[in-house]
Parts: sequence; structure tokens; C-alpha cells
Amino acid sequence: MAKHIGKQSMRFEKNISIVSTASTVGTKEGEGPLREYFDVILQDNLLGQESWEKAESKIASDNLKLAINKANLSPQQIDYVVTGDLLNQCCGSTFGVRGLKIPFFGVFGACSTMGEAMSLCAILIDGGGAKNTVAGASSHFCSAEKQFRFPMDLGTQRTPTATWTVTGDGAAVITEGNDHPYITGITTGKIVDMGITDANNMGAAMAPAAADAIYQNLQDFNRKPDYYDYIVTGDLGYVGKELLLKLLKEKGYDISKNHMDCGIEIFDRDRQDTHSGGSGCACSAVTFAGMLYYKLRRRIINRILFVPTGALMSPTSVQQGESIAGIAHCVVIENQEVCQ
Amino acid sequence: MGKEMTKEQYSKMVEKASPNSPIVKNCIKAFIVGGIICTIGQIITNIAKFYGASIEEAGTYTSVILVVAASILTGLGLYSKLGKFAGAGSIVPITGFSNSVTSPAIEFKKEGMILGLGAKIFIVAGPVILYGVLTSVIVGIVYYILG
Repeated sequence: MAKHIGKQSMRFEKNISIVSTASTVGTKEGEGPLREYFDVILQDNLLGQESWEKAESKIASDNLKLAINKANLSPQQIDYVVTGDLLNQCCGSTFGVRGLKIPFFGVFGACSTMGEAMSLCAILIDGGGAKNTVAGASSHFCSAEKQFRFPMDLGTQRTPTATWTVTGDGAAVITEGNDHPYITGITTGKIVDMGITDANNMGAAMAPAAADAIYQNLQDFNRKPDYYDYIVTGDLGYVGKELLLKLLKEKGYDISKNHMDCGIEIFDRDRQDTHSGGSGCACSAVTFAGMLYYKLRRRIINRILFVPTGALMSPTSVQQGESIAGIAHCVVIENQEVCQ
Repeated sequence: MGKEMTKEQYSKMVEKASPNSPIVKNCIKAFIVGGIICTIGQIITNIAKFYGASIEEAGTYTSVILVVAASILTGLGLYSKLGKFAGAGSIVPITGFSNSVTSPAIEFKKEGMILGLGAKIFIVAGPVILYGVLTSVIVGIVYYILG
């Protein structure tokens, strides 16, 4: 059984194996620096569907099936699917999972969803409540713009601090087994709100939460930052990265050498005009399912701290003057097995 | 580990880390594109007057033509590209108003003609219409009293 350690972490005692991942991305992501790591690059972001929302569900559905298929399992063998997205009532996931007939936990952690889903899958397995699980998260640029900002065809300018919602779905099949890499621990984030109200600067809203979660992970596990090959945040972007490094430095940790941000990795900001970087649930999910998993499997890297970051806000709360609350969930992923 | 950072301290830190919009560059682009749109409007007005329209009629023709043209450009996905380049230059003229009505119409059509398109068509332009009418009424009353 998992051991609760330190203030807000868990260390697992079973081999919780990530046996497969799948990543599906939109056309813009398919033109980005990580394109060779993705399983599916869509030619049409509407996928022949009637709406952006339906397209997102279709992406989620197809990608979940692909991940299960790559693990040589059938949907009937999956005990739980834990997924989430950005749309109201998580409808992207609901209709993506609808046809799979698998017990479903829908989760909302904004762009930190992949971290939350992977944490819950690991807890389910370690507690003996499940053998095979799937964690996933999706987002779609157009459905997110429609819900959070403006209609697609409205002629507006984006600010330099704005981020670009990633279109896609990332999924990981997590089971009890002896195939690397493994989820060996988690640090569940607290809501940290430093009073940022600018919805076009979400990196700034999330950086304190990321700093808090990473700090707590290092404290709880009594590790130094260089224990990890990479500390990978979700979608802080260029602005958020700068703030994160400063915040952690003030707390006595220098992660500048091994920090990576999925939002910075996924797009080429000069060529693709994505301003502060990528964002959205899919940003960290597809970067993990694509590049990071590829490198872990081939032992190019062996230990990462995966920290999807989320800005917990709704258009309503922002209009009512609420600040943007940040959250980040740490998932420790290592090639070294926990027990023999 | 030092003391916890306050919101004010963090806000200063964020301000330092966040790049500002290139205001001068944006203003120049807005001036040029806005100017071109207005010049096109003037050309339409002049042509209408040349063919015998009164100044009021010519103004109406100009508005109608610009609004329809911007609406078509929005439908073709071109106005959003113009807006990204020009900013206020393509938002302020009447063509921007057309874009702000057409774009929600396209976006929310999927939720149906009544609750989607019908209810949300003025989601962007609504405030302009409401406060525009309100201001006109107030100005009208003042004008009536003083005039």
C-alpha cells in the first residue's frame, strides 16, 4: 500500500507501470518541434464533425482506443478510465468515453488534468482497486477559444503573454506490472492564488502553484532537484518559466539546468506565432505521451518529475473579478522498479 | 527559506517578467489599415454622389456595402487575419462591428438558430449597441433642452 510521506506526497509500493501511451494532435502541433513523437497528426481539426466540441470528443475517443490497443489490451480489460478536459461539465471527456463502456472517473484540474488523472490511476492500482487503468486529457484550440475567449472569426490581437491552447489528446495506460517506466510517487498540489486576474497571463497565475508543488515534492521525498533528469511543468510558457525559476530560487532550489516546460517545447514561437507558448490539458498530456514517454522507454532519460499545471478559472469567475487560482500536480516517473 | 511572498511583491515580479504589447508598432498598423478602410468608404460615398445620390443616401450605401463586405470576409475567415494584423484599425470602423456580429453567428450556429445564433449573435456587439443607444438618448435630451 502507498505510504503518505511528508506533507502532501505518496510513495507507492507496487510497480505501477506505464505500459503504453498514445498522442493525437492537431495540424499546428503537427508542424511543431515535437511532431515526430506523436502517433497521429490530424489533417483536419474538425475531423469531419459538426462542431469543435464533437471533434474534441472524437479525438479523445480515438486516442484512448489507440492507447489501449498499443498496450495489447481490449477496453473490456480496463478497470477504470480517468480523464478530463477544459469544456463545461467536462463534456469533451464524457462523449469521448461514452462508447468505450469502461467505468469512468471524470476529473477537472484545468490544464493540470493529466497529472491528476495519472495520480488517481496510480492510487487505484496501488490500493488494489484496479489492475488496468487509463489516464487521459484533451483540449481543442477552437472549443477553448469559443468557451473562454471569443468566437474564432473575431478579428482581435493576442497579447505577448497569451498562450495557445493545444489541440489533441494524450493518454497513458497504467497497470500493475514490470515494464518501465513506473509511477513511483506523487505530490498532490494545493490551490495557490497570488491574485493574478489577467486571463491572458496564465503562466503567471500558475507559476506559484508549480513552485509550491515542486518545492513540496523535493522536501517530502528529501531530494535535490538534480535527482531528476527533468522537472517538466505543463504549460507555464516563457513568462511562467521565468517566474517559476525565480520563485524556486528564493526557496533555495535551482532547477534552471533541468527544467523543461511542455508549453515551450511543443511550439516554435518564432515560426508558429504562439506568443508565450502552448497551454491546455493536451499540452502536457501529448508532450508526455509523445516525447517524454519515448525517451523514458529508450532510457534516454530515467527519472522525471512531471508537473502538469492548471489555471482553475471559469469565464464567469473572471468576469466577477475573481483572481485565477493555480494548481500543479507532481507525478514522479522513473525507470527503476519499486519492488523486484 | 525566506518569508512567504506577498501578492504585491509577486505582482511586481510578474510585471517585470511579462513583455508588453508593441504599442507603437500596433498603433502604426492600426492607423494604416483603419485609414485604408475609411478611404474605401469615402470612395464609395463619392461614387454614390457622382451617380446622383444625396449625402444621406450615399452614407447609407457606404455603410451597407462595408458591412456586407466585412461580413463576407468574416465568413471566409479573412477578417480575423486582418484583425490580428491591424488590431483597433479593423475593430473601430463599421467593418469591425460587422465582424463582431457575424463571427458569433457563425460560432454559435451549432447550438441552434434560436438559443445558439439567436441568443448569442450580439455577445460581442451587445454592449456597443446598448450603451450606444443609451448615449444617443442622453445626447438627444441634452440637445433638445439646449437647442
